[in-house]
Amino acid sequence: MNEVSLWTGFWPFTPERFAIWVGAILTLCIYSFLYRDNPFYKFAEHLLVGVSAGYWALIYWNANIVGQLLVPVLRGGVLLPLVPGVLGLLMFTRFFPRFAWISRYAIAFYVGGYAGLAIPSYMQARVLAQVHAAMAPTVSITAALLLIGLICSLLYFFFSREHKGVLGGASRIGIWFLMVGFGASFGYTVMARVSLLIGRMQFLFRDWLGLIR
Amino acid sequence: MNGRGEMKQKRTWQEHLQALDRRIIYLLIALAVVIPFFFPLGLPTNVTEPVRQVFDYVETLPPGSVVLISFDFGPSTMPEMYPMVRAVLRHCFVRDLVVIGVANHPDGTALGRIAMSEVAADYGKVNQEDYVYLGYMAGASAVMLAIGRDLHGVYPRDYGGVPIGEIELLEEVHTYNDIDLVVSIAATALAEFWVLYANTPYRQQVALGVTAVQALNFYPYLDTGQAIGLLGGMKGASEYEKLVNDLEEELGIAEARRRALPEAQLRALERRFREASIGMDSQSIVHAAIIAFIVLGNAAFFTLRRRRRAEELAESARGKGTD
Repeated sequence: MNEVSLWTGFWPFTPERFAIWVGAILTLCIYSFLYRDNPFYKFAEHLLVGVSAGYWALIYWNANIVGQLLVPVLRGGVLLPLVPGVLGLLMFTRFFPRFAWISRYAIAFYVGGYAGLAIPSYMQARVLAQVHAAMAPTVSITAALLLIGLICSLLYFFFSREHKGVLGGASRIGIWFLMVGFGASFGYTVMARVSLLIGRMQFLFRDWLGLIR
Repeated sequence: MNGRGEMKQKRTWQEHLQALDRRIIYLLIALAVVIPFFFPLGLPTNVTEPVRQVFDYVETLPPGSVVLISFDFGPSTMPEMYPMVRAVLRHCFVRDLVVIGVANHPDGTALGRIAMSEVAADYGKVNQEDYVYLGYMAGASAVMLAIGRDLHGVYPRDYGGVPIGEIELLEEVHTYNDIDLVVSIAATALAEFWVLYANTPYRQQVALGVTAVQALNFYPYLDTGQAIGLLGGMKGASEYEKLVNDLEEELGIAEARRRALPEAQLRALERRFREASIGMDSQSIVHAAIIAFIVLGNAAFFTLRRRRRAEELAESARGKGTD
C-alpha cells in the first residue's frame, strides 16, 4: 500500500490533480443519493446535464454545421449541402404554430431516407440471416436445444389458439427458455452495473486517495 | 396484544431481513468491491470462445493489415469499455497493424483520441505513420454505408485537421475492400449498426466489444457468422487482456519492458494492462454477495410465509372450536 495521504495526493497542485479532486467530489455528491436525496446530489446532477448538453452541442455544431455545411459551401463552393441545410432550418418552424406544418417536409424526408437505408439491412441481418442459420442442418445437442427453444418460444407468442394440449405444453417449455434468457440478461445487467461501481471505487481509492497501487 | 402493557414481540431473523434498510445492502456491496483492492484474490481468468475468436482473427492478419476501430461509448461506461479498447489497441500495435480510429458517438470522440495516443505512446507508435484518428462524423448509418464507397469522401480530414489525402498511411485505404477488420467498441446500438451497414451489404468482417447489458443481444450474430467474435463487458475485457498479456510474455515484450522501465513506471503500466482483470476480483466477490442476498431473502420470505399460513390455519381452527 502507498503511504500517500490526502494532502500528499493534493500537492503539488497540478491541473490533473485538480481534475481528479473535482471528479472525486462530484462522485461523492452523486453517491450521496444512496443515503437520501440532497442538494449536493441535485447540484452534481444538474451540472452533469448542463456540461453534457454543452459538449454535445459543440460536437454537433463542429461536425455538422461547420464540417458538413459551412466549410463545403463557403470554402469549397459546393451547393448540395444547402439542401439538407434548408431542410434542417425548416425544423425550427415548429416553434411557430402557424408555420409548424412546414417542418413535416423535413421529417418526411428524414423518415423516408432512413427507412430506405434501414429496412433492407434490417430484413437481411435480423430476419433472413437468422432464419437461414436456424434452418441450416447441424447435428449437435446445442443445435437441437436451439431449435426446440426457438420453436417453443415462438409458439408461446402464438395467440390465435388457446394454449392447451400440445400447444400448451410447447408454450410452457417456451416460457422456461424465455426465463433462462431473462435470467442471463439479469446476470449480465448486474455485472455491468457492478463494473461501473468498481470503476468509480478504483478512481476514488487509487487516483484520488492513492491508497492502492 | 394491544394497549399500554403490550410486550414487544421479539423479531425473528426472517423479519429482520424483510425490514432490512437498503443502505446496509449498499454498504455491504461497497465493501465487497473495495476489499479485493487491498487483498487481491488473483482469481484465474478463463477465456471464452467468442473472445478467443476475435483474438485468433487478429493473429491471422499480417503486419500492415488495416483495422478500423470505432469508439462508440462515453464516460459512463468507461470501466467496461476502456480496458477493452486498450487491450485491442495493444494487440494491434504488437502485431504492427495499421489502426484507423473513428467515433460515431459524440462522447467517444475525445475518449478515442485519448485511448489511441496513450496506447500508441506505450508502444512507440506515431500518429499518421502507424495509426490515424479520424474523429467523429454525424449520421452513423450513412457514414458506415458511405465508407463502403469512399472513406476519403466521408472523412476529408483527420481529427487534427490534416487533409486525408496528405496522409500517406491512408493512400491505399479507400473502401471496406482495403480494411481487414472493423472492431466496434460500443455502449450503444452502434455495434449492431456495423453488422447492419458494414457486414450485411459489404461482407466486412466485424468484431464487437459491447457492455455486459448488451452482450446477450449480440450472440445471435455469432452463430450466423455476421460477427467474428464478441467481447462482453468487463469480463470480456479481462479475457482479452489476459490473451494479450500472455502474447507479450511469449514474444518477450513483457520481459524487455521489465528490464527497460523504472519500477514505478513499470508498475503503473502493468496495472493499466491488467485493469479489467483487477476489477474482476471485486466482480466475483460482489456476485457471490448478491447470490447470498438472493438466497437469504428468498429463504426468509418463504419460511415467513409458511409460518404465517400455519398461524392463520391454527387461528381459524381455534375459531371453529369456540363456535
